Amino acid sequence: MSSLVIQFLNGLAGASTLFLVAVGLSLIFGVTRIVNFAHGSFYMLGIYVAYSIISRAGAGGGLGPAGFWGGILVAAMVVGALGALIEILLLRRIYHAPEMFQLLATFGIVLVIKDYVLWAWGPEDLLGPRAPGLGGSVEILGRPFPEYDLALVFIGPLVLGLLWLLLNRTRWGTLVRAATQDREMAGALGVNQKWLFTAVFALGSALAGLGGALQIPREPAQLFLDMGVIADAFVVVVVGGMGSIPGAALAAFIIGEIKAYCVGIGQVGFLGYSVSLSKLTLVAEFIVMAIVLVMRPWGLLGRQQGAQRIAAGARERPAAGRAMQIAVLAVAGALAVMPFVAQPYTIVLLIDILVYALFAASLQFLMGPAGLVSFGHAAYFGLGAYGAALLVKKAGLPMEFALAGGPLAAALGAVVFGWFCVRLSGVYLAMLTLAFAQIAWSIVYQWDQFTGGSNGLVGVWPAPWLASKTAFYYLAFTLCGCGIWLLRRIVYSPYGCALRAGRDSPLRCDAIGIDLARLQWAAFVLVGTFAGLAGAIYAFSKGSISPETLGIPLSVDALVMVLLGGIHTASGPVVGAAVLTWLQDTVVRNTDYWRALLGAIIIALVLVFPQGIAGFARRRWARSEAA
Amino acid sequence: MPPMLSAKRLNAYYGQAHILFDVALEAAAGEVVVLLGRNGAGKSTTLKALIGLVPPSAGEVVFCGERIDRLQPFQIARRGLGYVPEDRRIFTDLTVLENIEVGRQPARQGVPSWTLEKLYKLFPNLAETGDRPAAQMSGGEQQMLAIARTLMGNPACILLDEPSEGLAPVIVDQMAAAVLEMKSEGLSVLLSEQNLHFAAAVADRAYIIEKGRVRFNGTMAELDADDAVRSAHLAV
Repeated sequence: MSSLVIQFLNGLAGASTLFLVAVGLSLIFGVTRIVNFAHGSFYMLGIYVAYSIISRAGAGGGLGPAGFWGGILVAAMVVGALGALIEILLLRRIYHAPEMFQLLATFGIVLVIKDYVLWAWGPEDLLGPRAPGLGGSVEILGRPFPEYDLALVFIGPLVLGLLWLLLNRTRWGTLVRAATQDREMAGALGVNQKWLFTAVFALGSALAGLGGALQIPREPAQLFLDMGVIADAFVVVVVGGMGSIPGAALAAFIIGEIKAYCVGIGQVGFLGYSVSLSKLTLVAEFIVMAIVLVMRPWGLLGRQQGAQRIAAGARERPAAGRAMQIAVLAVAGALAVMPFVAQPYTIVLLIDILVYALFAASLQFLMGPAGLVSFGHAAYFGLGAYGAALLVKKAGLPMEFALAGGPLAAALGAVVFGWFCVRLSGVYLAMLTLAFAQIAWSIVYQWDQFTGGSNGLVGVWPAPWLASKTAFYYLAFTLCGCGIWLLRRIVYSPYGCALRAGRDSPLRCDAIGIDLARLQWAAFVLVGTFAGLAGAIYAFSKGSISPETLGIPLSVDALVMVLLGGIHTASGPVVGAAVLTWLQDTVVRNTDYWRALLGAIIIALVLVFPQGIAGFARRRWARSEAA
Repeated sequence: MPPMLSAKRLNAYYGQAHILFDVALEAAAGEVVVLLGRNGAGKSTTLKALIGLVPPSAGEVVFCGERIDRLQPFQIARRGLGYVPEDRRIFTDLTVLENIEVGRQPARQGVPSWTLEKLYKLFPNLAETGDRPAAQMSGGEQQMLAIARTLMGNPACILLDEPSEGLAPVIVDQMAAAVLEMKSEGLSVLLSEQNLHFAAAVADRAYIIEKGRVRFNGTMAELDADDAVRSAHLAV
């Protein structure tokens, strides 16, 4: 009994932290409709800034409670000010850009902040001081419970209460809630959205910074906090309903408690199997999210969002012009003779580019023609890679079979994930794809005996006749080339037409008897297969694979490639993959701070080419043809 | 005296579709002007172009002696041009009083200024609804709230998009009385209508819009006398 109470309190402390991070994200999304990837980075900055302030305040010896709590508040304000600056300098210019480009820009911010933290605080973990006066523990029903965690249990509801007052009892709060519901109408009534947005963004960022700063006595400041936290925050916001603050509180409570009980209960026997519930904590929240979204597609307390603009303007054109055909043939020809003229290193890089081009092309098919955004596309890439590697290593099959089996494994994954995903739309769908990728990732990461866990699998080599880089290059060239060509053909097949019709007008499709959900499900399986093929080729080209092949960063890479290249052009992902892979390779070799440079380039590209590079080129082309 | 609100050669697009072609209209201080026309004629788009929700692609709009056609909606609203949309767009998450609060702007010189008491006198139905969620209101009450919310910004001129649409006849009569009350306060009113009966009850002058072009411009008496115009552009 007493242990149940302690677990419950642990859950509340965890829920407080989750709520503080998520509520800012929800607030920002509600008003500005920006899905802020950098929110986890603000949290991480909160910890680091608080660490610096508090350790400096306590340097003279004897850190008082005023110094500690004051330091935490100042840290939150610093992060809030940074948020305001970013909103004014960057986001304000792209509110009219499609949502995906806003997301991409905030991801650029993630990279820049990460390297800034690395530069300013160094790579080591930094453990902050304990809170003065709250360093010990209290006895609750005969068991010790940390005093600081008890304080956290109260801080979460306190912040919730203050926010409620701010939003419900002030004119500013009334305007924020009005703009959350209908910002255009609020504008027509004389509300200046510009400063409202800046203020909301600053407040949301400050809340993330506060959530981070409060963690100082509990966990060390680490460089990878940003990605872990953003995944948590997304889940809470989506489960609660995007833009709903009570929803965020409810979701944080449910997820915090479930995690606490998973840790507390530990091993349980089930039908003769021993299942470790504590291992489940990594995926528990994603399972909760999947269940909630299937039952309530807009979260617990959310409401239906308006139609999402994935990318405005340019759409598919029926056929490539003569010049385009010649260009494609020229590129293919150049690639075919590469092994005779290029350095061995270039060949290795080209194989990477080909693999990523197919991977990105499969995501482009999903996002462009099918109109479904996936934040977890690496799931299929990784399933393909692991499927192929396991068939070779565990089943002892020849490489040629494994190369076919990998995509099959990915397709099976897509059958399952897609079945859930096509029930949703917009940001919710994107979040669910992220959840499934994260579930797949943690299964691979934790199943040491079968997948090699965090070490991955080594010694995944191709068959002898493909052992030379040149031979393997031609294999990759053929398979990836055919894959991309097939994907493009399918866009203009009757199936592709029905899919695009469904994207443009779901209601009319319904009315003429097209079962859109089934078509979209098929699209998931189709692109899963091709992404899996890319993954399988990748596994054999590297000889070893790790859980990173299913990770969020790879999913984001794919998004960046598609968005850089242009979402509604078949050539877009190829251009994007080539540019990003080449950039990453060059930048990594020349600087320690490659992320910051990459982030800056992404931000610059979003500001200059809101339609993507290939999309921009095509518009130019169309304009010069028209002139 | 120059008109309070005037538009010249107004053109507007929805995406690629050209909706308004060289629309010209005027409203003098204290005048009630009605835009008549069938569904899809461009009445709503004209009002949206004036308030800046559909930025005009060409043409000029002058309000109180100032060009406003390149301004954002909130800037136009703050200069004293109020807008009540056709679908009302009540903030259903907010209470009735909060909805009115969103519209509140400082008082302006030489323009009728509104208080809650005055608004309740104009729309007695709103008086007892203060803390009710706006989502629970009937269609007629929502229309009254939408107008009250805009009046709280103390506009010099108000744009009403089909204020009688979908309302019960007794409420339509209340609306007509309210429009005349606004006029007697000194407000200019530019409204779009399909209900000729309602228009005749409140308006001084009329424009008829068809396919994005102004087809008729005259007083209500002239329109009443011109059977040919009415049957050509207004008969269903």
